[in-house]
Amino acid sequence: MTLAIETPRKSRVDTLLGDIGIGQVLLAVALLLYPAIASDFFLTQIGGYSLIWGMIALSLMMLAGYGGMVSLAQITVAGLAGYMVAIFGENNSNVHGFGWPWWVVVPIAVFVAGIASALIGAISARTDGIYTIMITLAIATAMYYFTQQNYALFNGFPGFTGIRAPDFLGIYWRDPMPFYYLCLGVAVVAYAAVLYCARSTFGLALQALRDNPRRMRALGFHVTQHKIVTYFYAGLIAGLAGVLLVWFNGRISPGTIGVGAAINVLIIAVIGGMRHPIGPFLGALVVVLMQTFAIDIVGAERFNTLIGLFFLAIVFISPDGLLGLWGKLKPHLRQESLRSGP
Amino acid sequence: MSVLDQQTAGAGITKRQGWGIAALLFAAVMAWLIFAIWPDWLNDILISKKAFVSSIFNGITLAGLYFLVASGFTLVFGLMRNVNLAHGSLYLVGAYIGYEVTRLTGYWLLGVAAGFLVLALIGVVLQVTVFRRLEGDDLRQTLVTIGISIVAADLMLWMWTGATYQITTPEWLDGAVKLPIITAFRSNGDAVYINYPFYRLVVLGVAIVIGIGLWLLLNKTRVGMMIRAGVDDRAMLAASGVNVHAVFAIVFAIGAGLAGFAGVVGGSALSVAPGEDVRYLLASLVVVIVGGMGSITGAAIGALLIGLAEQIGLVYFPTYGIVLTFVIMVVTLAIRPQGIMGKSL
Repeated sequence: MTLAIETPRKSRVDTLLGDIGIGQVLLAVALLLYPAIASDFFLTQIGGYSLIWGMIALSLMMLAGYGGMVSLAQITVAGLAGYMVAIFGENNSNVHGFGWPWWVVVPIAVFVAGIASALIGAISARTDGIYTIMITLAIATAMYYFTQQNYALFNGFPGFTGIRAPDFLGIYWRDPMPFYYLCLGVAVVAYAAVLYCARSTFGLALQALRDNPRRMRALGFHVTQHKIVTYFYAGLIAGLAGVLLVWFNGRISPGTIGVGAAINVLIIAVIGGMRHPIGPFLGALVVVLMQTFAIDIVGAERFNTLIGLFFLAIVFISPDGLLGLWGKLKPHLRQESLRSGP
Repeated sequence: MSVLDQQTAGAGITKRQGWGIAALLFAAVMAWLIFAIWPDWLNDILISKKAFVSSIFNGITLAGLYFLVASGFTLVFGLMRNVNLAHGSLYLVGAYIGYEVTRLTGYWLLGVAAGFLVLALIGVVLQVTVFRRLEGDDLRQTLVTIGISIVAADLMLWMWTGATYQITTPEWLDGAVKLPIITAFRSNGDAVYINYPFYRLVVLGVAIVIGIGLWLLLNKTRVGMMIRAGVDDRAMLAASGVNVHAVFAIVFAIGAGLAGFAGVVGGSALSVAPGEDVRYLLASLVVVIVGGMGSITGAAIGALLIGLAEQIGLVYFPTYGIVLTFVIMVVTLAIRPQGIMGKSL
């Protein structure tokens, strides 16, 4: 860490703008105006869907990028929140479906997701690095088989169908426009929270114990507990995304939290880049676009080969994903503009 | 340590003796459960002796299969710190190759050999072309294996579709053996023996032979010595003039070959279908997490625990069977994060 240098005080607006960054303001404006030009399909299937997957990948980015804990069980956490919505809210599978109002169900679902994530963290936090991948993958797979076999709680293979997003303030929130803004709002909150967390003492300590856990332990930090709390926060984000995902799909089944999905989250985060919270959203957009339009290029069946090869290429060329690629290109572009003088 | 031992010895028995007695008691109970004819109350609790004994036997033979898959995984991990998440795909590729070769030539043994050799070759190619480039970067290596497994699964689905295949075993492996275990007496006084598929016993035997072979290879040969040295300190091994890359290639060939071998053997006992790769990847992961990473003995112990837990779970609590496996993993991690036979992290 370098020492922050006292800058001369500017006006409040200027510093605020400087803090946020002009790029992010432009991005926010573009995202807000997006519905004006996009069709319903682009609004939900691309916009909303990317934001949801971006949030799940964001929770992984928070763990992996700042904490060095690559967890493959984030989709399990998100799925659990979705299951909670189905169980405590309404569904038409005639199993459970307590029919509680959304403002009770959503906090419960998100909180359960946080607790589940913390438990997964407690199991895996004592090990590190690649061990975490193995253990969380084992947990995710076990959970997938469990939801498939268990009919008492998770309604087994069929899962739950007919889950509706709430009507609130006279708006049905699954309609394209409200749903897009809902996703955008939640995603921005999650994004800002992660950015804030990264700059807070908590986040700085987290990054420090990623780099040198022994020294942090010697300094008196409780490394395992710190990691578990991070898992809890990441679980809240994944839980929020899980709630949105189940409203988007209208149903949830073991397939939603399968191994393929767990690995998808990792692919999104890696393709986008895990250095900055914007990476997962970028990755999600790329993957969702590929998913939607790959059918025209390689046919629906071979999509996985395409995405797998793309993923391999990214891992080989740029370990920091598309963000890293941009970071490498930027200096070149700048020099290019200098050279192309008169 | 010795002082402590003496003190406890004065008080009664040492910890080691205590464990020995516990193990003997457990073995005696198990022997009685398997060989004695059960009284009615026991039949009531454990469904029936037949169900119990076959779940134990199924568990042990499944453990043999798991051991074959997981030993390659743990070997590769121990030496190269490479979590090969494409290990399940190697298993499935081996199974498909074994199926094709057996179908074309009509000789099952040729299929088994092809499964081993082709996969060993694929392993070497992977090691030389992919993993050597990313050496020392564990996370990227793991990511690459994930990418490979995705592409492999999709291409296999393309070539062999979603159908389920069964590799036909030769006649001399078919049939059932009468085990000298009596479940009950008929009213006319005849004893009822348990019949068990001969092939499954062969799988178990093969697993044991391969386990012993691996142990001998690791502990009694020069290559094994290099491998063990590499597990402990890769840099020192390279510094003392050993061609580490050759050792890596050998280990990867053995690991991948074993996965392919297990694929053919397992595909003959069970079935070959898409999705099996994930199943065996999960099994290898759990076995290696429980048994300890990089240890062959650990893989054997882990495979035994998981195989038994899975089959006993299947019989006694069908919908919660997977939870039993999971509980074993969590308990192991809570008590010994490095696994039963693992070295401390």
